[in-house]
Amino acid sequence: MRGYAGKFLEVDLSTGNIKELKFNDEILRQYIGGRGLAVKVLWDRLGKKWETIDPLGPENILLMLTGPLTGFAPGARLCVSGKSPQSNGVVGSTLGTELAIDLKCAGYDGIIFTGEAEKPVYLFIKDSDVEIKDASHIWGKDGKETLKTLVKEGREELRSRYNRPGLWKDPSIVYIGPAGENKSRLAVVAAKWVHAAGYGGYGAVMGSKKLKAVVAKGTGPLPEVDDMERAMKVNDEILKVNFRRTVFRRWGTGYAGYDVGAKLSSEPVLNWQEEWHNEKSFGVDQFERVWVKPYWGDFGCPKTCLKIAALKSGPFKGVITDNPDYENQAYLGTNLGIFTPEGNVYMTALIDDLGLCGIQTGNVLGFAGELYQRGILTKDDLEGLELKWGNVEAFASLARMIAERRGIGDILAEGTYRAALKISEIKGVDVLRYAVTAKGIGIGAHGIRSGEDYPGYESYSCSVQGGDHTSIAKLPINHENSELRIILYDSGVFCWFNFFDIESQDLIWELLKAVTGWNITPEDWFETTARRIIHIQRTLLLLGGPDVRWTPKSDDDVPSRWYEPLGKGPYKGKAVNPEKIKEARREYYEAIGWDENGIPKSEELKRLGLEDVDKRLESLRRST
Amino acid sequence: MVETDHIWIARDYSKCSGCRRCEIVCSLSHEGKIWPEASRVRVFMLVPGIEIPHLCVQCSDYPCVDACPADALSIDRQTEAVIVDKEKCTACGRCVEACPGKIPYIHPAENYAVICDLCGGKPKCVEACAEGGWYALEIIKKEDTPTFELYAKPPEEITRNVIRKLYGEEWVEVV
Repeated sequence: MRGYAGKFLEVDLSTGNIKELKFNDEILRQYIGGRGLAVKVLWDRLGKKWETIDPLGPENILLMLTGPLTGFAPGARLCVSGKSPQSNGVVGSTLGTELAIDLKCAGYDGIIFTGEAEKPVYLFIKDSDVEIKDASHIWGKDGKETLKTLVKEGREELRSRYNRPGLWKDPSIVYIGPAGENKSRLAVVAAKWVHAAGYGGYGAVMGSKKLKAVVAKGTGPLPEVDDMERAMKVNDEILKVNFRRTVFRRWGTGYAGYDVGAKLSSEPVLNWQEEWHNEKSFGVDQFERVWVKPYWGDFGCPKTCLKIAALKSGPFKGVITDNPDYENQAYLGTNLGIFTPEGNVYMTALIDDLGLCGIQTGNVLGFAGELYQRGILTKDDLEGLELKWGNVEAFASLARMIAERRGIGDILAEGTYRAALKISEIKGVDVLRYAVTAKGIGIGAHGIRSGEDYPGYESYSCSVQGGDHTSIAKLPINHENSELRIILYDSGVFCWFNFFDIESQDLIWELLKAVTGWNITPEDWFETTARRIIHIQRTLLLLGGPDVRWTPKSDDDVPSRWYEPLGKGPYKGKAVNPEKIKEARREYYEAIGWDENGIPKSEELKRLGLEDVDKRLESLRRST
Repeated sequence: MVETDHIWIARDYSKCSGCRRCEIVCSLSHEGKIWPEASRVRVFMLVPGIEIPHLCVQCSDYPCVDACPADALSIDRQTEAVIVDKEKCTACGRCVEACPGKIPYIHPAENYAVICDLCGGKPKCVEACAEGGWYALEIIKKEDTPTFELYAKPPEEITRNVIRKLYGEEWVEVV
């Protein structure tokens, strides 16, 4: 098994048992790692009783997995997964963190957490020494405080326990903030202050297991690969292509806070009431005034598209975060009527510190903002907050209430979809029409009404990860942005951005071969390997959970907001045509091997050796 | 000051992207593997965004060489880099103690001190950093001045300096 460390850790947080686990060649070749392997593990262990499992209960399994290409493809990431408290399906949620490298260097391809701890704990790993440690002293602390304490504590632990002359580097760390501890479904698994596995809500799963953090130092090399010379040659080619992507390098995605609104007209503005704005105050040239570092990235990244912003004057003085990427610019900026870099940077840093997801939180804050605009939510509902568009402090206060589950924050912490159901019930008004979500997941900041942005009609409606803009359904199914291809990146596990919109997409197959020795062709991938993974993911999504289940086909839709015409800008009047959604849905089902209701076809599953999945779908087919 | 033919790796920490390409190419070149913990340049990140590539500065008085009780450290005449004799080194750690920056460390799998050898005069880390346009590591010509050795400082101290520059005084206590 080339490219793999060869073993996984399984940590039972209920009993404190820690053991090593291996998967055979066949399983790894079929499910690769990261997202694919998470889907397989979840299916094998929880598939039989999936509907009954509460994602925030002790039965859920939390996975933190690398893949064979982690560390060998530019831009290392870690894939976090489990049963999602947002969709009740499975999301492969990745984040940039050197923990992925430290794990592999410690000899592990990933960690599988089961059960739940009695009191707050964190996991400490130094090569094969693995220990569950008390985290009472950091429980309740925000992201920056948590990391500060754990860096010091981790280095001290390494220094005192391992008698090796020389300084220890910092161990790598992922953690949750207060939002995760309080089981907000909007909570992220975070790293390095500002990095987050957001989609899926796995910070809440960590919180439910009372797992505050994972701290690791691996001192070995990355695993052996099949052909190192070849692997590094292909890696070099990928680097070179990315060095030429100068726009992304220069501005990151932060140029889009203005561009996507002004040019593509697909940016959420005031809870998606509009998707166009022309606020030059929100141009990246204005953001540059708060940058203190122009390039920032993770292990092996050629693009380093992150920039660090620090506010050194004004009302938000002392705030630091990465310069808001496009998603945070949109969701914690334009969607809330905030059009100043400083306000946006402040919101972004706050959301990071609280351990919330910028996208999901911006989605629910915008939703609450619209309810306030319409008089459905009042000051009395909001502990006196005047939730007017652009009121930075009011939205910030509401974010804190969400992280703490205080007042209405307790309802909003359930995420936009569930909050909409609850508020409709309390207020006796249908507010689901203002919820811009797909499968319980707030939709990424790329709308489809103008028709100018990369997601199409099938994108969010048919994705097995709902509103996740980094895993959209796309036709043809082998398209460079298609979900089947994303599964390779999320299972690999490395950064999609070093493959986004570049020539030479095929380099990835060469790298996969050089690292693993497996000759997986694009045909194998799109016809067999990725199909297995997506069908199981689709099955688990449709099986649902105790609180929410999706109806096949009818829930494969875009939010009703997108059927309303755009009111402003060059695409004024454009709306989603329901017939187009139906047509795209039909075509997508057909192309990927699902029946007319979007349920994976029996013959397709049998072709792939997934008879057990087929059997599990029988009752769903009957009832649909 | 007299300019020499010797090179020195200048470091501008505020430009370090944290991509750790230097660790990757260094370990590939010295170990044939990607091995961050065996890289001659190690990127410390005690605070996010404050990445510190930590590597030998070739002090003019070579306290590490002086301190070695096993005669395992020598100075390469061509490059002036410190060369570690793996066979002689006992991994006692005296060189670490003697180093004002606590830069050497013991190889994670074998029993010898790891110190930058300047790749014989063409450092791979600098090439990788320049290729990406970051220029956190750059080659300059060495001159006869003690300025170079001032850079031999522990990562905690460097981190505090860089924090002052990038984030402001109030963030120094984070370290």
